[in-house]
Amino acid sequence: MENHYYNSKDLGKFGNISEFQKPLADKFFDWYGEVFKGDQLSAKEKSLIALAVAHAVQCPYCIDAYSSDAFEKGWSEGQMMEAVHVAAAIKGGAALVHGVQMMNKVKEIAM
Amino acid sequence: MPVYKDGRSFVDKTTIRKPDMKSLKARGNVLAESDYQVELLETDNHNPFRLVPFQQKLQEAHLFPLTPTNIEIFQVNVGKMCNQVCKHCHVDAGPDRKEIMTMETMELCLEVLRKNPSLKIVDLTGGAPELNPNFRWFVEQIKELDRHIIVRCNLTIILSNKRFHDLPEFFKKHSVEVVSSLPFYTKGRTDRQRGDGVFEDSILALQMLNKAGYGKDTALTLNLVYNPAGAFLPPVQDDLENEFKEALNKDFGIVFNNLFAITNLPISRFLDYLLTSGNYETYMEKLIAAYNPVAAQSVMCRNTLSIGWDGYLYDCDFNQMLDLKVSCQSKHLSDFNFSDLSKREIVINQHCYGCTAGAGSSCGGVVA
Repeated sequence: MENHYYNSKDLGKFGNISEFQKPLADKFFDWYGEVFKGDQLSAKEKSLIALAVAHAVQCPYCIDAYSSDAFEKGWSEGQMMEAVHVAAAIKGGAALVHGVQMMNKVKEIAM
Repeated sequence: MPVYKDGRSFVDKTTIRKPDMKSLKARGNVLAESDYQVELLETDNHNPFRLVPFQQKLQEAHLFPLTPTNIEIFQVNVGKMCNQVCKHCHVDAGPDRKEIMTMETMELCLEVLRKNPSLKIVDLTGGAPELNPNFRWFVEQIKELDRHIIVRCNLTIILSNKRFHDLPEFFKKHSVEVVSSLPFYTKGRTDRQRGDGVFEDSILALQMLNKAGYGKDTALTLNLVYNPAGAFLPPVQDDLENEFKEALNKDFGIVFNNLFAITNLPISRFLDYLLTSGNYETYMEKLIAAYNPVAAQSVMCRNTLSIGWDGYLYDCDFNQMLDLKVSCQSKHLSDFNFSDLSKREIVINQHCYGCTAGAGSSCGGVVA
C-alpha cells in the first residue's frame, strides 16, 4: 500500500479489477455501460443524477468522473451545484428525520 | 439588444472571464513559434510524461503511412486577421495579425481550381475570411467556376461594421454554405471562450441569417460548430444538436441545419491554455484513451488540402499552423501538381490524436 488511501491515477485503473476476477468485472462493466446509455432518461440527465449520488456516497473517483462528464454534457456550474445541494439536503434530512425516533424514545422513557 | 422570445433579457449567473486581448504572437509568447510547438508535442521533454506515438496507433490499424483517398475539398485560409480573440484559437488569429492572402495568391487558387475540377468544394476560413479586402471578389470568381463554397463565418463579423451587415444577402446571392461557431446555446460558455458580448452578437447575426432564408430554405445551409469551452471532449454530436435546436428555437426563434461537434486540438492558444491551466497531460491522455481507429480511417486530411495565406500547401489547417508543409514536391500553389499531391504521405504528429478521439473530429464534425 502507498502512504495515502486515494490516488487520482487509480481512477484510470478501474478496469484492472478484472485481473483478480474477470467474469464478475465483465458483468459489472457491461451493466454499467448499459445503465448510462440514454433511454427513458437521457444520458445527460443520468450524468447529473450520478454527480449527485457521487456526493451522497462521497466517492472522490466518482466526483472526478462525473464533474467532468456532467460539465462536458452541458450542465452549467449552477445546475451542478444545485444537484449537489439536492444530495446534501437528502443526506442532512436523512440524519435529521431520525430525530423523530429520538423523540419517540425519550417520550417513551420520560415521566 | 437581443432578448429571449418571452421578453426576458440575457441573464447569466456565470462569471465571465475576458480572454486576453492580444494574439500569442503579439505577446511574444514562445508558443507563437510553430517549431517550439512541434518540439513540445513530439518530445515533451519538460516532464517524465510519455505519450504513445500517433504513428504507432496508425501502424496498428494498418493506416501508416497515411495517404489521401479522394482530394475534393480545397480549404483556403485567406488570412489570420480576426475581429475576435478566442481563447482556444488554433490560428492565433486576432485584430493584430496582418497575414492576409493577396489577390495574386487568390488568382493562383482560381487557376488551380480551373485546372482541377475534382476539387468540388472550396472552404474559406481565416481569421475572419470576410476581413480580407478581396473576399467578395474571390467568392464571385469561385462561383463562376461552379464550385460549392463554404464560408466559416464567426457571426460577430456581420455586426462588427455597417459594411458587413449585408453579408447574409451576399452569401445568399452566391448560395454559400455558412458554417458558424457557436460554442454553446448559453451566454456564459460562449463568452468565456470567445469574449464578452460575443453571444449577443452571434444571436443577432443568426437571426439575420435566418431572415435571409438561411436554415430555412433548402438551398441555404446554415451549420453551427460546437467547440468545448475547456479541457474536455465534445459530447455526442446528435444529442447536442437536438439540445442546440431546442434551446435556440425556444429562446431566440433561431433555426439551423446541422451542428458539427469539433474537438479542440492541442495547438497554439488552446495549447497555451492547456499548459498554463495544468491540463495538458490529462487532456492528451484523454485524447489517446479515446483513440478510435475507425475515425482514423476517415480523417479529413485524406480528402482535403489546406492552403495558407501565402499560397503554401498543407495536409490540414492544423499542420498549416504548425508550419508542417505537405511532404511532396508540390509545396506551393505555383507548382501545384494534383497527382503528386494525391500520392503524398500525410504529415502526422501527436496533435493528430485530436481528430481521432471518440467519434472523430473534422471541419465537418464527427467522422465515425
